[in-house]
Amino acid sequence: MSVLVLLEQRGRLRKCAFEAASAARDTARAAGVPLNALYIGQSLADETAELAGLGIAQVFACENEALKYYSNDAYVGIVEGLVRELGAQVVIGSASALGKELCASVAARLDVDLIQDCVSCAWDNGLTAVKPLYAGKVLSTVRLTGTPAMVSLRPNVVSVVRDESPVPAIVHRPMPEVSLRSVLKAVSEAAAGVVELTEAKVVVSGGRGLGGPEGWPVLKELCTALGAALGASRAAVDSGWIHHSHQVGQTGKVVCPDLYIACGISGAIQHQAGMRPAKIIVAINKDPSATIFKVCDYGIVGDLYEIVPLLTQELKETL
Amino acid sequence: MKVVVLIKRVPDTASELQVAADGKSVVTGGLKFVMSPYDEHAVELAIQLKESHGAEVVVLSAGPPETKEIIRSALAMGADSGILVDTAQLGALTCRGTARLLAAALADLGADLVVAGKQAVDDDAAQVPERVAELLGIPHASVITRFELSGTTASVDREIEGGQYTLELPLPALFTTQKGINTPRYPTLPNIMKAKKKEIREVPAAQLGLAADSLSAQATTEAMTLPRQQRLCRVIEGDNAQRVKELVRVLHMEEKVL
Repeated sequence: MSVLVLLEQRGRLRKCAFEAASAARDTARAAGVPLNALYIGQSLADETAELAGLGIAQVFACENEALKYYSNDAYVGIVEGLVRELGAQVVIGSASALGKELCASVAARLDVDLIQDCVSCAWDNGLTAVKPLYAGKVLSTVRLTGTPAMVSLRPNVVSVVRDESPVPAIVHRPMPEVSLRSVLKAVSEAAAGVVELTEAKVVVSGGRGLGGPEGWPVLKELCTALGAALGASRAAVDSGWIHHSHQVGQTGKVVCPDLYIACGISGAIQHQAGMRPAKIIVAINKDPSATIFKVCDYGIVGDLYEIVPLLTQELKETL
Repeated sequence: MKVVVLIKRVPDTASELQVAADGKSVVTGGLKFVMSPYDEHAVELAIQLKESHGAEVVVLSAGPPETKEIIRSALAMGADSGILVDTAQLGALTCRGTARLLAAALADLGADLVVAGKQAVDDDAAQVPERVAELLGIPHASVITRFELSGTTASVDREIEGGQYTLELPLPALFTTQKGINTPRYPTLPNIMKAKKKEIREVPAAQLGLAADSLSAQATTEAMTLPRQQRLCRVIEGDNAQRVKELVRVLHMEEKVL
């Protein structure tokens, strides 16, 4: 009996891997069983030390140049094989783009239910998880009764808490023989300095109030001053002002920053769902009757084209 | 070539939701139901393949009898026929059971391509299509924003955080669609009329011959709650310079989020 955490990497271990490990450690402790981890990638070697303090007994490392990039065909069998071999009773992964696909495939192979994109999990005579539904308009608490109980954790929600536990032992796993059906032809990564929306500490979003795509440079300067990611409302995306990958809301991304600054956004219920997890919400809007002022912490009624540049300037001087 | 589109009936995204008296479900009476928005992109992709490659487009959904309404919407967009796996007689289904039902219904359809939305906007489960692919033993890629077909090979772009993978998969294969892949069409009046005559085959779930055990839930909802929404709603007054200074001060000194 044990808990297994899946460590996601894209070249380096991702922040969500440490978050999942931290939550998995607490779950394993409460269940009174050891925690193991699985790394699949090119090489874990110089990152092993970073896994100290997370209560991991052993890291099973399947390292090969061919595993540098996620491949559903290759990865699923490796996870399935280890879960079966260890008889793990809980498997915890990350609800990232690739993590969700991996967990779904593994759960199907193991023929167990899986709760994706949980914001927390706990052990209470079995695994329970809190899962947002309807993009977070509703929260459900779910008890998993399959073996293993499988969840994926939403990135940027769980804090990484380290303890005194040592660097885990590494157990090398052989590279399995797989025939790849899906062939990776190219990978494009974000440009340096671009902050991913779902992992950002601060998000600055623009909506219909921008009046057109010419508003983005003004918001981008604020993003630079804050180290923030750029978001957008559905209205701005559907108007063709910006790529859909920036959309925050029920048919876009759910973000969980410390600070969310909504500029020229009216606050439709679908958008509220996407920004709800933010700790502090600031609204800047010309219309004093906009819904956004009822669902924010701080509001400024005014023209964003006047307020935002002043805000950028003030932040540069203060921070 | 046969394309099967998996779709789901969900509450409209504009819905205000309430938790039912049992504390474990959402009140569905009075809600407007629609096809999940990401599924519309999958239907559009299939219809484009009908136009470019003469594909036959079949829409498949599992749900209560009312699901026929959204199947009819897909037929009005241009799909050829529909299949409803009627789950009215079944207990609570989890993703594991739903995927088994859909895979069983797909088994003898001979689909060359299966497409679905990247997730349904009710349970946001993001796993039923991937499970179906696994059960059918076909390759898949999730969250695609580009699809091109060349012979029996599909070339797709698959979204990841801050970037994308470009992948090639041999058919038969399954894909889930993300916004950006296309713009779903609105049904035209003649197509809405034509859709009324198209066939929707109803398959009672019991007819699929699945053992009760393979549909049983391994996840039970213990409670549902609405998130607490306590925001300050403080509108900062003054001239522009004063207001901006005050905002930065509270964010920095009081809220400590800078």
